[in-house]
Amino acid sequence: MSEILLRIDGKEVRAEEGMTVLEAAQGEGISIPTLCHHEKLEPFGGCRICIVEIEVRGWTRLVVSCVYPVEENLVVRTRTEKIDRIRKTILELLLAHAPDAPGLVELAQEYGADKNRFEKDASFCIHCGLCVRYCAEVKKKNAVGFVDRGIRKEISFIPEIAAKECWNCKECFPLCPTSYLQAAYVLTEALAFSSPSTETVSEE
Amino acid sequence: MARLNSPEELRKFRQAIVSKRDPDNPCISICAGAGCVASGADEVIAAFKAEIENQGLQADVDTKGTGCPGFCERGPVVVIYPAEICYLQVKAEDVREIVEQTIKENKIIERLLFEDPVTGEKAVKESDISFYKNQERTVLCNNIKIDSRSIDDYLSIGGYSALAKALSEMTDLEVLAEVKKSNLRGRGGAGFPAGRKWEGSRNASEPIKYVIVNADEGDPGAFMDRALLEGNPHSILEGLIIGGYAISANEGYFYVRQEYPLAVENINLAIKQAEDYGLLGKNILGSGFDFNVMVHQGAGAFVCGESTALMTSLEGKVGEPRPKYTRSNIKGLWNRPSVLNNVETWANVPLIVNKGADWFTSIGTESSKGTKIFSLVGKITNTGLVEVPMGMTLKDIIYKIGGGIPGGKKFKAVQTGGPSGGCIPGELLDLEVGFDELSKAGSMMGSGGMIVMDEDTCMVDVARYFINFLTDESCGKCVPCREGLRQMHKILTNITAGKGKEGDIELLQDLAETAVEASLCALGKSAPNPFLSTLRYFRDEYEAHIKEKRCPALSCKKLIAYHIDPDKCQACMICLRKCPADAIDGGKKKIHIIDQEKCTNCGTCFEVCPPRFGAVEKISGVAMPSPIPEDERNITRKSTEK
Repeated sequence: MSEILLRIDGKEVRAEEGMTVLEAAQGEGISIPTLCHHEKLEPFGGCRICIVEIEVRGWTRLVVSCVYPVEENLVVRTRTEKIDRIRKTILELLLAHAPDAPGLVELAQEYGADKNRFEKDASFCIHCGLCVRYCAEVKKKNAVGFVDRGIRKEISFIPEIAAKECWNCKECFPLCPTSYLQAAYVLTEALAFSSPSTETVSEE
Repeated sequence: MARLNSPEELRKFRQAIVSKRDPDNPCISICAGAGCVASGADEVIAAFKAEIENQGLQADVDTKGTGCPGFCERGPVVVIYPAEICYLQVKAEDVREIVEQTIKENKIIERLLFEDPVTGEKAVKESDISFYKNQERTVLCNNIKIDSRSIDDYLSIGGYSALAKALSEMTDLEVLAEVKKSNLRGRGGAGFPAGRKWEGSRNASEPIKYVIVNADEGDPGAFMDRALLEGNPHSILEGLIIGGYAISANEGYFYVRQEYPLAVENINLAIKQAEDYGLLGKNILGSGFDFNVMVHQGAGAFVCGESTALMTSLEGKVGEPRPKYTRSNIKGLWNRPSVLNNVETWANVPLIVNKGADWFTSIGTESSKGTKIFSLVGKITNTGLVEVPMGMTLKDIIYKIGGGIPGGKKFKAVQTGGPSGGCIPGELLDLEVGFDELSKAGSMMGSGGMIVMDEDTCMVDVARYFINFLTDESCGKCVPCREGLRQMHKILTNITAGKGKEGDIELLQDLAETAVEASLCALGKSAPNPFLSTLRYFRDEYEAHIKEKRCPALSCKKLIAYHIDPDKCQACMICLRKCPADAIDGGKKKIHIIDQEKCTNCGTCFEVCPPRFGAVEKISGVAMPSPIPEDERNITRKSTEK
């Protein structure tokens, strides 16, 4: 692996080829906020909060650091007025769903995000996909997935798989930033898990 | 049919087809495209076939259902060759007369000809019709000449000669160089130079590469790709095979939207025919080049027109765009170099190979070469597909070809580039159409949608409509698009409903910036365009809605009220009877008054009031005039009117 030299917020950073800008920054203790990132999972690029400004040969543009690969002589700025403004708007959009989620509240303070800027929505899932991807990529069970698309998209446990696999796993629970996942699980369990014990009892 | 094993065999086979056909024999071409079929073309074709047989003319007269020639407004379209006589809005009842008069007696039937709405002049030939006269049809021109389901028809007009030329007279690199030199830019949206895209794939080290046709045409009101897919599928296929040869790909895909069943059918048939003739498969025309094509149907998601979402969908996964920063011509389908071009782009390739890059670059502007097909729809006299050289002004397209705005209304704006394009106002009508020119004006070429709007269109409502479409079509993966568009739609809906607040414009601008800068794919990045372009040119309309609760176009239902002008009302009782809410009070000789409490703003009274009275009016942003006193409501008519 060849070493790559880049500059993040004025600091010279050494990284290995194939690393993302986010990984390079984290390695140097430079903090970039994330919501859908998890080191065990493939980059998702969904929440867009890790957006940074890069400069290549004098050209600047915005990219998400969890996906963008490091390159030689890359100049990265993790905080600019524009980046902060975009992060603030992203947070406000998500706070309309989950106004009390601790991770969001903490970031909201840093970026001055107003949790009441947008009308509240009943669903508190922020679609980070951590549960769905963890179950698919790490556990390889696919017990929870996304259904539908766009604003109707939601996570859903697949009862047939979840009834068998979830009871002694639940590793996705602590990953959820809003506790929506736990609610979805309890709902599926109550409504759709067939209950073998009661069936056996009634047959006897 | 035996395989064609060399360009020479293809040439001879073509000659044999042509020699069997007498160019002086009449040929009746009836458009069998989706638009004309909807207006009864199938019945017309059947009637022609039956009538020709009844009259015993089948040996001398050829009858064929063809591809769409674009003049959908006046379909079904019938063109009789060799005289090129064009009859419009033909019905099955007209068929006998056409055969007896025109085919047998060479007489023209005046009433079926095109009549210029302005001059009243009739046009006999297709090429004399103002709609066609000002077009330059290099890609669409063959649609009406050939039976789209017959490869022999395509061969008879020179089909697959470009493929033969590429394979036998040019190296793959020469083909690539020619396409590069032509400066052909992608017709699907972004306008990326096709040659450069091809070169990137060709130079990529991975040996297995793909060429793909993006036939997921999803823009509301756009149907140019559909016309080509249904009407001349072989031209796209030929372009794709040439592309495969140029970049060393042996596999190609058609990604066709499921909602185009006829296109799917015709493409599948074309592939089968080409395989039978040895124009697809192993060792094409004896060149040693192998190429196979597969058809994949989309499942109804607009976002799958986006390149990475299309490839993800082609791989059998959920059609969501990829967050990667690598170009798909380097790492595309199954992470292999993949050239994805739009239907119309591929259809241009055989023309470039046959006629040369110099011919192609002789048409168009400095940075946009060749022709472009637009689907001209909305408040326009001649709806249909128009193909014009790049650089024609919007004014010429709308007035010379489109025949202007119907109903004596004033032009307001033209929306180009599909849902995420922008609206261009009247003061920019002299703009020359081209990729960069349209972008500079805050819109885009997109795939070529062109929706004309008249003075009755509310621009805030237009923005709301398109943002609603895009909110619905967002895949939901990234926050700026999924959540941002949802909020933009809510705010725009509020504004059109009279619930706009100070600060809404700034809030929308903030959301637009976030979507443009931070969205994952082109859908989200371009989605705020309908808002941004209408704000740029029609900011006064936004302000009227928000500050005065007034809709200047008198279009937003919640911001208008209907009122009967007592000086104009003739107490004819028509509106009173038709009102579904019983909101109109009045009687014979008693001036009508709308009870605003009961009125549902359905607009029926406005529509049914005879134009010679024009007594019902829409008002917005002003106080309702107080009703006329009871004792003045009786009309005393003159004795003659008793």
